[in-house]
Amino acid sequence: MSSYLNIDHVSITFPTDKGPLNVLDGVDIKVEQGEFISLIGHSGCGKSTVLNIVAGLLQATEGGVLLQEKEVNEPGPDRAVVFQNHSLMPWLTVYDNVRLAVDQVFKKTKTRAERDAWTRHNLELVHMSHALDRKPDEISGGMKQRVGIARALAMEPKVLLMDEPFGALDSLTRTHMQDSLMEIQARLNNTVIMITHDVDEAVLLSDRIVMMTNGPSAKVGEILHVDLERPRDRLALAEDPAYNHYRAEVVKFLHERHVQPDAPASAKADADDDESEGEQDGIRLVS
Amino acid sequence: MSSSLASRKTFNLPWVDRLLNGLSSFEFGPKLQASVKAAVVPVVAILIFLGLWSVGAKQVQTSLGQFPGPAAVWDQTKALWGEHEAARAKEAAFYERLDKRVEKAIAAGKSPERIEKIQSRQYTGPATFIDQIFTSLYTVGAGFLVASLIAIPIGIVCGMNATFYQAMNPIIQLFKPVSPLAWLPLVTMVVSAMYVSDDPMFDKSFLNSAITVTLCCLWPTIINTTVGVAGVSKDLLNVSRVLRLPFLTKTVKIVLPSAVPMIFTGLRLSLGIGWMVLIAAEMLSQNPGLGKFVWDEFQNGSSNSLARIMVAVLVIGFLGFLLDRGMLMLQRAVSWDRNAVVR
Repeated sequence: MSSYLNIDHVSITFPTDKGPLNVLDGVDIKVEQGEFISLIGHSGCGKSTVLNIVAGLLQATEGGVLLQEKEVNEPGPDRAVVFQNHSLMPWLTVYDNVRLAVDQVFKKTKTRAERDAWTRHNLELVHMSHALDRKPDEISGGMKQRVGIARALAMEPKVLLMDEPFGALDSLTRTHMQDSLMEIQARLNNTVIMITHDVDEAVLLSDRIVMMTNGPSAKVGEILHVDLERPRDRLALAEDPAYNHYRAEVVKFLHERHVQPDAPASAKADADDDESEGEQDGIRLVS
Repeated sequence: MSSSLASRKTFNLPWVDRLLNGLSSFEFGPKLQASVKAAVVPVVAILIFLGLWSVGAKQVQTSLGQFPGPAAVWDQTKALWGEHEAARAKEAAFYERLDKRVEKAIAAGKSPERIEKIQSRQYTGPATFIDQIFTSLYTVGAGFLVASLIAIPIGIVCGMNATFYQAMNPIIQLFKPVSPLAWLPLVTMVVSAMYVSDDPMFDKSFLNSAITVTLCCLWPTIINTTVGVAGVSKDLLNVSRVLRLPFLTKTVKIVLPSAVPMIFTGLRLSLGIGWMVLIAAEMLSQNPGLGKFVWDEFQNGSSNSLARIMVAVLVIGFLGFLLDRGMLMLQRAVSWDRNAVVR
């Protein structure tokens, strides 16, 4: 009996000027259909690399990814990605950004009118119907990320991959977005893998939290089952002992057992070598 | 206080002082103040320039008389316009006479060949200054258009294919700094050897100038298009990979729109260079445009020549400015990047 998505003993090594750098070492995660998984770990541990391998944007050196028992080798709309910096085309309107994806994915299976309706439906889902004709420049960061999510959802992916989707947002907007995402998740029951730095976000949203050890040669350190009733309400949970227990577990993992290495010189050198995520994670660290 | 401030600002132009004082006694918003300032400052600057020019010109004596001041240039502007109107009148009169002759020939029952021969006669008066302006615009337009049609595709391929870029880069860097005057003799010889036709569609002098303009217009467009295409955000390319966009769709929907601001920067630079190159090319290739006008006036050496050349200088500058503004407006209309430099 194999799982829906099987990240099977994935290792990846990047060639660098100072010799090969082993970023992931035997990362093994099984995901069931409809599950919400968070990947959490310190900066530079290779979380984004895992996501990029699942997306097919990077190729694993060893091991591989199986989706419904088929190997994943290249990117495709069945594994839609929500990028951290939204990645909307600045010259297209909100509607056209989503429509571009809809047209590409459903050009043979849906008529023009159906594609139009589907585009509008997905933007409705993220509460962006009021801004169809605006350009990305003209809307806020939270709204851009909503459009990015709508675009990913519109591809009807088997797995939705989110790379720190709310990392660039202020904390109030982030709260709104998390609530929206839970609401959408309750309706659609997607299979989601989300990368996050935020412990509360991980506990609030996930069914399981995958905690990764520090790189290089990062592995899956622990997997935490979050057994909280859905729908989850952040206010009620704030006082909930179970919630606080889960939260403490993650914090202990990150800050007791796997503290970010204290030697900044070597950590910095490693981060520089980490081609896939060194820079953006470095920026997050400072903030 | 406000008066002394204003006069310091306006270099003793009493009417401006009075205007500003009058305005400042009213309540008016900073916006209006700013727009008045925006209107007044350039006018003042131009007046100062004209004053300095006028004074400076009187100090310079040449073998063709005194260097022309603003007044002499204005007189020659009117004279050139007058010559143009006179030439137009002469041309109209010529065709009127021709029509009459044709009518007479028909009435006299001449053979159709003979009538056709009369009809085919063209007015062959000398090109006026205004005609020369249009010749120049036409030539630079043709050269620029051909250059753009060549440069944009090359730039796109360079930007998308690192190997092709490595191959092209030394060639681009080598030819980019070459002056048009170095190209012109080669172009002239090649055109006169290759473009042999009994019924030429274009004058050789036109081709020489236009091709020289093309050769100089290519490089900024190629380089900027390359930079624009190569600089497409990696995230956007990842989106296109996730969507599995075919190569052509990716190019049209993602790469090109994202490079448009840079392409237009290149086109603007090219057109600016092309306009400068054209004048030099026309001087030497005797294409009947503004460059030839300047050269002819210089060779002519009458007492009005310098003033007439000065008219051409101002017209060249003004048209260059208009061409640049036109490109800028086009760039603004098609560009999505609000932050692009639009000056």
